[in-house]
Amino acid sequence: MKRVNMKRARVAYGGAIHDAYEHPAGVKLADGRVVAEEVVVWLPPFEVGTIIALGLNYADHVKELSKELTVTAKDEPLAFLKGPGSLIGHRAQTRRPDGVAFMHYECELAVVIGSTAKNVKRENAMQHVAGYTVANDYAIRDYLENYYRPNLRVKNRDGGTVLGPWLVDAADVADPHALSLRTLVNGVVTQQGNTRDLISDIPALIEYLSGFMTLNPGDVILTGTPDGVVNVNVGDEVVTEIDGIGRLVNTIVDDATFGR
Amino acid sequence: MRNFSHRPTGGTVYGTLLNRREALAALGDQVNVAPYKAPPKAPILYIKPRNTWAQSGDAVVVPADAPELQMGATLGVVIGNTACKVSAADALNYVAGYVVMNDISVPHDSFYRPSMRFKCRDGFCPMGAFVSRENVANPDALAVTVAIDGKVVQQTDTAGRVRNIAQLLADVTEFMTLHPGDVLSIGISANSPLAHAGQRVIITIAGVGQLENTLVSEELV
Repeated sequence: MKRVNMKRARVAYGGAIHDAYEHPAGVKLADGRVVAEEVVVWLPPFEVGTIIALGLNYADHVKELSKELTVTAKDEPLAFLKGPGSLIGHRAQTRRPDGVAFMHYECELAVVIGSTAKNVKRENAMQHVAGYTVANDYAIRDYLENYYRPNLRVKNRDGGTVLGPWLVDAADVADPHALSLRTLVNGVVTQQGNTRDLISDIPALIEYLSGFMTLNPGDVILTGTPDGVVNVNVGDEVVTEIDGIGRLVNTIVDDATFGR
Repeated sequence: MRNFSHRPTGGTVYGTLLNRREALAALGDQVNVAPYKAPPKAPILYIKPRNTWAQSGDAVVVPADAPELQMGATLGVVIGNTACKVSAADALNYVAGYVVMNDISVPHDSFYRPSMRFKCRDGFCPMGAFVSRENVANPDALAVTVAIDGKVVQQTDTAGRVRNIAQLLADVTEFMTLHPGDVLSIGISANSPLAHAGQRVIITIAGVGQLENTLVSEELV
């Protein structure tokens, strides 16, 4: 199949859902219309299957959280699952419940699986990658409990997994292990890192996961976040961005916005 | 409320842990010391991803590194209507029906941060035929039986939960919307039996149905 575009989004506009592509004036829909970024509703950029997330996959973040860790030995990746009900796209809103003390973003490189992978060795792993997008994997640490960590009340809340704006074709990313990533809260950089510092790199994660479970097209691996998670408040604009992949915008809103 | 004649599909399967009172009680004072440090407050949940889904009659592959598997007989509550912040009094109106579920695990002692390897292997979540809510009078009081190779090895029920179905739905949907086709298990009882390759496992939940699976060795697949 001929490759038509390196960056692809899914948006709702004019009563339908469209594939959309980068355009200097905003986004270009598959049907030819060019519209401003602000007038479309951005959806997660692909049909999302199983969502696998990594905890503590950057050495500096491990150090940051070490006070609350009761285990430090790391003999296998700390992987956990999230449900699709938590997904939202670019330029959407995430609710901060009244009275919580520590809600934080996590900027992560999301690796999208393109072909079925079972018992894949690391040297063959990258051929199963369809592409990449940006994830902002919110957590509310007030709800942390020590059973099946990180528990879903912390990590699987409605609107707590932001994905997008673009699915970037794997062929267009020269080295996914040399990408700078950062988070800006109201325009101020609060988190910075580089995917070269992943403890388990992408081939290692695919080898590990496919060793006990079949990965399917549309499954996505959120590869973890570096040092620098800070509390966000109602009204904050949170931008998670990865060079060459995308700039993902999210706004924190209050209970009243959601009728609570 | 729609009346489903078949199971809505395409959802997410959520498991619940330590929801049976004696399963939680079996931890005893451990809940107060590291790594748990306090008894659980919110429901303890996890996800059985789509690679784990299987049907009655399917063979379950026993991994070479885990010769004995825990057979987690439980009831799966199938969501019929979008459930966000529902009250316990209203919760059952969001239920389409029920399935018999075998929430299979590699046995593990710690509930702190269990590896996905324990619960997320291919085929580790067989689910039986869908039965609509109207046909199950009291889902919180159903007899559950596990038989291995024709011998009954566990007799339990769907009662005795920390949270019954209505309360579980209320507490879960407070932070996480459940969608039509999602399945939420009520959690397994204590002392789930173990089974190994070559054995045939039948789980029966009175009024809901039967789920039958045979375990096969990974080397034979």
